[in-house]
Amino acid sequence: MKKSKLKGWLYLLPAIVFLGIFMVYPLVDVFVYAFQEGFNFASQTYKGVGWYNFSYVLRDPYFLQAVKNTFIIVIITVPVSTGLALLISLGLNSIKPLKNLFQTVYFLPYVTNTLAVGLVFMILFKKTAYTDGLVNLIINWFGSESIDFIDGPYWAKMFVMCFYTVWVVMPFKILILTSALASVNEDYYKAAKIDGTSKGRIFRRITLPMISPMIFYLVITGFIGAFKAYSDEVAIFGTDLNVAGMNTIVGYVYDMLYGDSGGYPSFASAAALILFVIVLTITVINLMVSRKNVHY
Amino acid sequence: MKVVLDHLTKRFPNRTKGEPDVIAVNDFTFEIPDGKLIGLLGPSGCGKSTCLNLISGLEKPSSGKVFFGETDVTDLEPENRGVGLVFQNYALYPHLTVRQNIMFPLQNLKGADKLEKEEMLRRADEAAKMVQIDKLMDRKPSQMSGGQQQRVAIARALVKMPRVLLLDEPLSNLDARLRLQTREEIRRIQRETGITTIFVTHDQEEAMSISDEIVVMKLGVLQQIGKPQEVYNDPVNLFVAQFLGTPAINTFTGEVRGGHVYIGSEAVLDAPGVPDQAVWVGIRPEGFILDEKGPFTLDLTRVEVMGRDTSVVAAHPFAQSPSVRAIISSENEVDADAAKVRFSLKPKKVFLFEEESELRIRF
Ligand SMILES: Nc1ncnc2c1ncn2[C@@H]1O[C@H](COP(=O)(O)OP(=O)(O)OP(=O)(O)O)[C@@H](O)[C@H]1O
Ligand SMILES: [Mg+2]
Repeated sequence: MKKSKLKGWLYLLPAIVFLGIFMVYPLVDVFVYAFQEGFNFASQTYKGVGWYNFSYVLRDPYFLQAVKNTFIIVIITVPVSTGLALLISLGLNSIKPLKNLFQTVYFLPYVTNTLAVGLVFMILFKKTAYTDGLVNLIINWFGSESIDFIDGPYWAKMFVMCFYTVWVVMPFKILILTSALASVNEDYYKAAKIDGTSKGRIFRRITLPMISPMIFYLVITGFIGAFKAYSDEVAIFGTDLNVAGMNTIVGYVYDMLYGDSGGYPSFASAAALILFVIVLTITVINLMVSRKNVHY
Repeated sequence: MKVVLDHLTKRFPNRTKGEPDVIAVNDFTFEIPDGKLIGLLGPSGCGKSTCLNLISGLEKPSSGKVFFGETDVTDLEPENRGVGLVFQNYALYPHLTVRQNIMFPLQNLKGADKLEKEEMLRRADEAAKMVQIDKLMDRKPSQMSGGQQQRVAIARALVKMPRVLLLDEPLSNLDARLRLQTREEIRRIQRETGITTIFVTHDQEEAMSISDEIVVMKLGVLQQIGKPQEVYNDPVNLFVAQFLGTPAINTFTGEVRGGHVYIGSEAVLDAPGVPDQAVWVGIRPEGFILDEKGPFTLDLTRVEVMGRDTSVVAAHPFAQSPSVRAIISSENEVDADAAKVRFSLKPKKVFLFEEESELRIRF
């Protein structure tokens, strides 16, 4: 009995070692750092233990800006991208000719290099010596002034940011939702048709509940992904996000570690823990909401 | 409400490139009398579901017409035809309770037909009582057995009081015992409600046992229509004869010469007035009489005694299948060790068919 247990652990050893080194240890480390006050990176010493790191981070205007930005991105992009993806998937599902072509077109951004997507956004939004960008061209068309989307007012930058985020996450959502829609048994629709069910009711009472697990999956992963947003911001506004006023929580964590004013693992850890608590709370709320509305 | 099909045809473009169109339903003309239960019977892929879909309106015919009573419903949308449809896999909405499932069709009613909530609940309860699931109203379909789900599906189809009830292989997902039980149930419900019902199945026994009339089809073509026993006793062609009956009819290659039916060198039966020709001889298993001096000799394989009946399994060089099965009363003593067994035949249980067309030769 004892011997066979030992054997089991032995088999697990490689996995445990790797998980331990690369996941558990850093996690523990983050906790430790977060509560060490006055940590000196060079000498690896600290002055005391307490909540100071948290209170500092929560008073840092850059962090507060980052929290605000992150929340705006989350609150706008998750519903918009999921809703749009659902609309497009419904459309794709109801057309027969060229369906595959459209599916490919919508999926292209997913397999396209970030740089290429960035380039498209440059063409759309960026002001250069030669042009104000395609979007400005259209704005000018309607007789308005050009707007600087990259270095201009906050709302314009936020608009570009949300536009970009939605753009990037849509293909995956469309892929998931079109296959979810296609997997709904045709007989349900036939039964509904025989019973004279209206289109809206079919959607609300049959389609939506049937694909609700997938929508729920997309919302949860969407929330988590948007809370962790960082690289997309860098792709558009460059690395100095604090100055651009477009930093996110993960960006703040990174800056605290490696940025020009970095070298503060304690503050970074405290910010990371705050993010963790936020994501955990939102996910728990999501799970509670889903218990009522998702049908497996 | 009687249902009349008038030269009803449905073609599908062939899914294989270059092949001709599939004619799933080919020129159906028949009438289903009011309040009867009709079994639509045929092998897989012969167009049974398509025929049902044409009647329900889910498919539009390529040509021909469908009448409910005297009204032409060919161009009517399914929801305006007043049909109830039960699917092979029931198609119960998994996220709704039994009650919600049954009420679903009622909630679709609009305008003048709109019902009060109480009335809907009352009707749902009524339909549930009819199929005896009124105690399970708050369950989800996944918490029910196949037979119970089946009943919910029937209740959902009945609740809006359809003029015609259509069942597409409703029993094929059930185990043997439940299938027997449920088909009796369907028969009972149909009798109680008096709704004209069309029941699709590929199981001839099922169709024979509950239908007032059966419609036998093959490759989209109507073969025969009539009371089950009539069709069984008087098939129009070899296909129908082979399709009905368990165990299946025994088929031999034979010949008519001088008014006698020959299988091999033995004249097994008289067929007065039939011109000389090569024929198919079909003998129902119950058409054999154990007779030491009988004209028909078979090579005995084994004897299976099954209570009331004895099944004699034998072989014959001119038989279409490797084994010939004769069912005789258990009172007969068959010597299981004998090499040969001799029978005489009941003329009414022997059918002759033309070799080419496989049509019945009556005599
Ligand atoms: N939408 C379609 N397009 C092309 N061919 C079709 C279509 N629907 C049915 N068919 C063909 O029509 C024929 C009849 O099909 P149908 O489903 O009516 O058969 P069935 O008798 O119900 O068979 P089963 O017992 O297997 O359910 C088949 O050959 C089938 O391949
Ligand atoms: Mg079918």
